[in-house]
Amino acid sequence: MNAPLLDIAGLRKTYGEREVLRGLSLRVRKGEVLVVVGPSGCGKSTLLRCINGLESIQGGRIRFHGADIAAAGTDWRAVRQRIGMVFQSYDLFPHMTVLGNIMLGPLKAQKRGRKEAQAQAEALLERIGLLDRKDAYPRELSGGQKQRVAIARALCMNPDLMLFDEVTASLDPEMVREVLDVMLELARRGMTMVIVTHEMAFARAVADNVIFMDGGVIVEEARPEEFFERPSTERGRKFLDTFIFTPTHNEKEIES
Amino acid sequence: MDLDYAFMLKYAPHFAGAALTALRLAFWGIAFSCLLGLACCLFRFYRTPALGRIAGAYIELSRNTPLLVQLFFLYFGLPKAGIFLEAEQCAVLGLSFLGGGYMAEAFRSGFEAVSRVQIEAGLSLGLGRAQLVARVILPQAFAVAVPALAANVIFLIKETSIFSVLALEDPTFLAKDLIGMYYNTSEALLLLVLTYLAVLLPLSLFLNRLEKRVRHAEFGR
Amino acid sequence: MQSLGVNVIFDGNNLIRLGEGLWVTMRIAFSSALFSMVLGVFAGIAMSARFKPLRLLMRLYLETVRITPVLVLLFLLYFSLSKIFYLSLSAETVAILVFSFWGTAEMGDIARGAVASIPLHQRESGLALGMGPAQLYAYILIPQAARRLLPAGINLVTRLIKTTALVSLIGEVDVLKVGQQIIEHASLLRNPMAPLWVYALIFLLYFAVCYPVALLSRRLENKWRN
Repeated sequence: MNAPLLDIAGLRKTYGEREVLRGLSLRVRKGEVLVVVGPSGCGKSTLLRCINGLESIQGGRIRFHGADIAAAGTDWRAVRQRIGMVFQSYDLFPHMTVLGNIMLGPLKAQKRGRKEAQAQAEALLERIGLLDRKDAYPRELSGGQKQRVAIARALCMNPDLMLFDEVTASLDPEMVREVLDVMLELARRGMTMVIVTHEMAFARAVADNVIFMDGGVIVEEARPEEFFERPSTERGRKFLDTFIFTPTHNEKEIES
Repeated sequence: MDLDYAFMLKYAPHFAGAALTALRLAFWGIAFSCLLGLACCLFRFYRTPALGRIAGAYIELSRNTPLLVQLFFLYFGLPKAGIFLEAEQCAVLGLSFLGGGYMAEAFRSGFEAVSRVQIEAGLSLGLGRAQLVARVILPQAFAVAVPALAANVIFLIKETSIFSVLALEDPTFLAKDLIGMYYNTSEALLLLVLTYLAVLLPLSLFLNRLEKRVRHAEFGR
Repeated sequence: MQSLGVNVIFDGNNLIRLGEGLWVTMRIAFSSALFSMVLGVFAGIAMSARFKPLRLLMRLYLETVRITPVLVLLFLLYFSLSKIFYLSLSAETVAILVFSFWGTAEMGDIARGAVASIPLHQRESGLALGMGPAQLYAYILIPQAARRLLPAGINLVTRLIKTTALVSLIGEVDVLKVGQQIIEHASLLRNPMAPLWVYALIFLLYFAVCYPVALLSRRLENKWRN
């Protein structure tokens, strides 16, 4: 059994009085895909932001490659170069071309050679089917295309772990699929990923493990087929029910 | 109204020369204003201890006092405290002092327009603070700030007309001089207006076009 | 104190004279502000008029004012009135005329911007509720426009106050001119430090007047941002 790539124990995050994460523990092994679901405000996005050091934490530890990155003195620049993150809102840099966006991290943060970085960037664009748009600016792309480029930008850093924070939540419905396909392909290639999503069918297809969060704690942790078929908690069942549309009342009954 | 065209022709080159003097001083004043404004804006944006507060106080002082008073203080007041400055140095210093506050505010509007997620995206790529500012924040902030910066440039060039009180030979000084010497009031005033028109109209049109190109920081077609 | 020469400020009735000068400054600034505000709203309506020639004319007016330094406008009116039109107006009247001419254009642009900033759907929702044009303006457009108009308008007042320093250059006895007179007098009394203290004081006086006004403008702007 190899040691987990990401090992979180007793993670606590508070904003002033409000406790957003209340002692949360989870493990992700290399090559594993962990999907985090839960109602909005349950702290799932905050969890991802803590892993990437975008939020300071008030308790617990986060081990990445065995080292506690939540401890003081962590070189976040170095850690972030090994953790890729894609955000909900389109976060491409509007003043750079697609290629410029993808190559910024490799060239500036990792100080890699231009030729080699460009070759990898173009290979990634080929993979997501956007090589012909490499000189386009973000505003010339559709939402789905932007998110695919954002994924390629994170991948070009050769990260060990990818974090996805509701990357399809602001997309038009017809563009959701093209982004999810890219993520599915990534999973198949063995990328380690933590995915926060509201796309339940996708979650079921891509996950090795599912975590259901509510109120800052993990309520359920299970294999996807278990969680989606037979949620073991009442809260989990209620949450899944919200994704099924069944009329609860007959119109005529209400009228009277 | 009869105009003395011979007089106007004779003195037109003088006005051109005076305009160049004003523009030369304006150039340095605007250049220093931009540097000073950017520095102040960065100090404030990153809440640099002490420097951030000093920058804040300076911005308020420079924006809420007239250039004329600033110049009088520099030119007539400071020598009494043992600090002697040439008229041209006073002019550039005064314009920079005034402009720095305005430029800082223009840059601030740009910095505020850069969204949080842009900064986080840069951080997620492992960029350092300096890289983040240089590669991600500044280009976007600058594009948003262009209209305000351009308005400041025009404003500061217009303010050079006040340099005449330092006996610097700018167009306004020249016009006053000619009126005092020859009483050719209409001709001198007309030349004065034409001079500013010749300098500021093309510049204003150019800046307008520049603004359209970078409006809303929209890069690409 | 004596050796520093700072006493020049408190000598005789110097403080009172500076106060009187400041009053002249304020009188000019606030009269011009008042004219600019009232006329500016009309200018703003003219600037957003449907009739294109009127819009072009207003545009020409605005650009002319924006391109010409206020000092030049002052000289233009001050020197040309007496010389060309044989009119003799006091420096104060000339100053108020020029500052109002300038302020009206700026205020007009602010008003035009304020009305233009209201999204089209606000107008349309009003119409959809069956409102007439007068009701549309009274209940929907003006209340929203005012929230943009007022902070920018107050900000224009600080610009007007600062610009009044120029009136000393056409001979008006404002706070700056009084300062110069005090300095001249002090130099006769062999107080060489007078310019330092007097100009520093005037600098601070301007700040003391402008800063609260600027602060008010910013407060309102932040309060009404959304």
